[in-house]
Amino acid sequence: MDSALLVHRIHFAFTITFHYLFPQLTMGLAPLIVVLKTIALRRKNEVYHQAARFWARIFGINFVLGVVTGIPMEFQFGTNWSHFSRFAGGVIGQTLAMEGVFAFFLESAFLGLFLYGEKRLSPRAHWCSAVAVFLGSWLSGFFIIVTDAWMQHPVGFVGAADGSVQLSSFWELVLNPWAWWQYAHNMSGAVITGAFVMASVGAFYLLWGKFQDYGRIFVRVGVTAGLIFSVLQLFPTGDGQGRMIAQHQPVTLAAMEALFVSQSGAPLVIIGQPNVEERKIDNPIEVPSALSFLTYRAWKADVQGLDAFPRDMWPENVALLYYSYHIMVGLGTIFIAISVVAALLLWRGKLFSSRWMLWILLLALPFPYIANTAGWMTAELGRQPWLVYGLMRTADGYSKQVSAGNGIFTLLGFLGMYTVLGILFLFLVRREIEQGPAAEVSSGH
Amino acid sequence: METLWFMFVAVMVAAYVVLDGFDLGAGAIYLAAGKTADERRKILRAIGPVWDGNEVWLIAAGGTLYFAFPLLYASSFSGFYLPLMMVLWLLMLRGIGIELRAHMENPVWVGFFDLIFCVSSVLLAVFFGAALGNVVRGVPLGADGYFFEPLWTNFRVGTNTGILDWYTVLTGVIALVTLTAHGSLYVAVKTDGELNLRTRNVALWAWPLQLTLTIVGLIATCYVQPTVLDNYKQHVVGFLIPVIVFGSLGAMIYSIRKGLDKLAFVGSALYIVGMLVGAAFALYPVVLPASTDPVHRSLTIYNTAAGRHGLTVGLAWWIPGMILALGYFTLLFRMFRGKVRLEGEGY
Repeated sequence: MDSALLVHRIHFAFTITFHYLFPQLTMGLAPLIVVLKTIALRRKNEVYHQAARFWARIFGINFVLGVVTGIPMEFQFGTNWSHFSRFAGGVIGQTLAMEGVFAFFLESAFLGLFLYGEKRLSPRAHWCSAVAVFLGSWLSGFFIIVTDAWMQHPVGFVGAADGSVQLSSFWELVLNPWAWWQYAHNMSGAVITGAFVMASVGAFYLLWGKFQDYGRIFVRVGVTAGLIFSVLQLFPTGDGQGRMIAQHQPVTLAAMEALFVSQSGAPLVIIGQPNVEERKIDNPIEVPSALSFLTYRAWKADVQGLDAFPRDMWPENVALLYYSYHIMVGLGTIFIAISVVAALLLWRGKLFSSRWMLWILLLALPFPYIANTAGWMTAELGRQPWLVYGLMRTADGYSKQVSAGNGIFTLLGFLGMYTVLGILFLFLVRREIEQGPAAEVSSGH
Repeated sequence: METLWFMFVAVMVAAYVVLDGFDLGAGAIYLAAGKTADERRKILRAIGPVWDGNEVWLIAAGGTLYFAFPLLYASSFSGFYLPLMMVLWLLMLRGIGIELRAHMENPVWVGFFDLIFCVSSVLLAVFFGAALGNVVRGVPLGADGYFFEPLWTNFRVGTNTGILDWYTVLTGVIALVTLTAHGSLYVAVKTDGELNLRTRNVALWAWPLQLTLTIVGLIATCYVQPTVLDNYKQHVVGFLIPVIVFGSLGAMIYSIRKGLDKLAFVGSALYIVGMLVGAAFALYPVVLPASTDPVHRSLTIYNTAAGRHGLTVGLAWWIPGMILALGYFTLLFRMFRGKVRLEGEGY
């Protein structure tokens, strides 16, 4: 692998991975804040208003980090991936520009009103600004997913004389079936993060014995949303996304499952280490025929293994892809289990006194972040060796005129900058949580 | 069609510079103009609810540029790789400087974030000015439409240029002075008492410098890139632009002296728009001149544009989208109109 190519890939992978830690909470918390505001408005309940204000403060800090780490993403399409931009800009320029024009203006204008305008607005108008922020963040996600879905499964384009691709059908681009499954799956994943973070903070207050009114609200809302969306994450969204891959990227499916040999009645590997050199799984624990059934709804169906495809069509890093996928699915299963047990306890009125379950909710906080990251790694590693599936290889898309040395320089800059940002974020959020929802409005707001 | 999108992108860039320009300028004068903690909070409050929205104009302009002229985006962003990455870092530092400062209680850290906010604002103004200077002066484009500029070479203009040479440093300084005046006038509009007088004074002192630099800048531009006069010679109506530029400078000094802050701010905005439109008018239809072979290698709106169908489709969403955005911004600025007060919510 050419070293400049590697540097540009790591550059993008690192900055996008760090960036997406923030938008997933933005998109996940926004609807939950709307829920809190709605209850507050309906019941004229000051505790819910105060709870919404608390989460708005966390949201505000998180949003700033999402914005400042998001700008580099748009820039890098030009700075580090200029050949890709030249090739595909005529198509995905549509959705990237629409994100700016429709989502960012909406989001940023109303966030100012939502965070700083509560005293200037009527309660109903303030509620509307919360809804506008929610819509803006979800629209932004939509346009990015449509862009990524086009790279996974290009539609609605024609080849131009200069070798680039150009838009031929706007509606095909926007109604790409891949995009809609991916969007549903991704947004549901974001709400899981929001729900688990809310439940975790609530559990912290209940275990601590402070701000207990708020703790109960947070746990109740978090567990309820967590249950709904961790089920939706598996079915229908995860299932639909999986069948898209089986249909359009069969080699990716084979690599995700580390299925080296084509077979009928293919087993589903639950645990095991792919040994790519010897083309087998070490220490496998498998469910016989399950992969055939999940993919084609037939126990004896033929599933293509990696041996059905030439080596240069395989995703380059089979092992990492396999682990990413299995970590995502494994954690998703655990989320369902945690949510079901917590929801049962909540329903029986025992959750707030079950300290062991509150501890589980508290400590579950990092795992939705890991699952969402692993999910995106599955999508993007699975697309390799293509940058635009079937049309442009990753090795052809980077900025050839930006040397590895310049790339490493800015990569180091981002590593340093993001370390500082991460520390600041943790410090500030921890302080907000410790001050609690009932504290007098801090000097900052 | 390409011309239409050239104008749309130019409008968005101008909107960005006018809007984010005032909060960059407010940042540049922040430490000097805000003597007390309360005054500094007033400055932050004047820009607090709007700066993020202003910055979105940069993102939206970038997105629209990517959409309409993908090759220009690809070539210029990779060619200006190093300064753009530094702009990103500065934007980050500035964003956290403004937003996270409010969460700090310890005066040491408040002071630290104050400094970050001020320094990053100054540097961003200089970088943006230098960027415009690079686009006007031209870059060493290769036959494939790409180039790569180091940060500096020998500080001379020619075919072996870096990002910084005497001309782009000059344009950077012009941008800094212009935005300092612009930001001062915005703060003057939004505040009263001592701070109002002090910021108005900054604009008053900056004015002679701004006038001198404008004249020097125009002469230097004609020297560095003689082709800028071609469009003006062909379309005499273009000479209205310098009339507007100097007219708005006149309006600025008149209204600053009379204490008409709002009028002075409008004059400053008009000056900025005039300067940018003047540059765009001079370059059109070139969007990135090649210093190596201006006739054959320059990037124009025609050889960088996206496909015709895509550009046509874009009209159907860009126009309603911008009407919506103007609506949000009108609402936002109306909600936070008037002089800032320290009691109540926010910053």
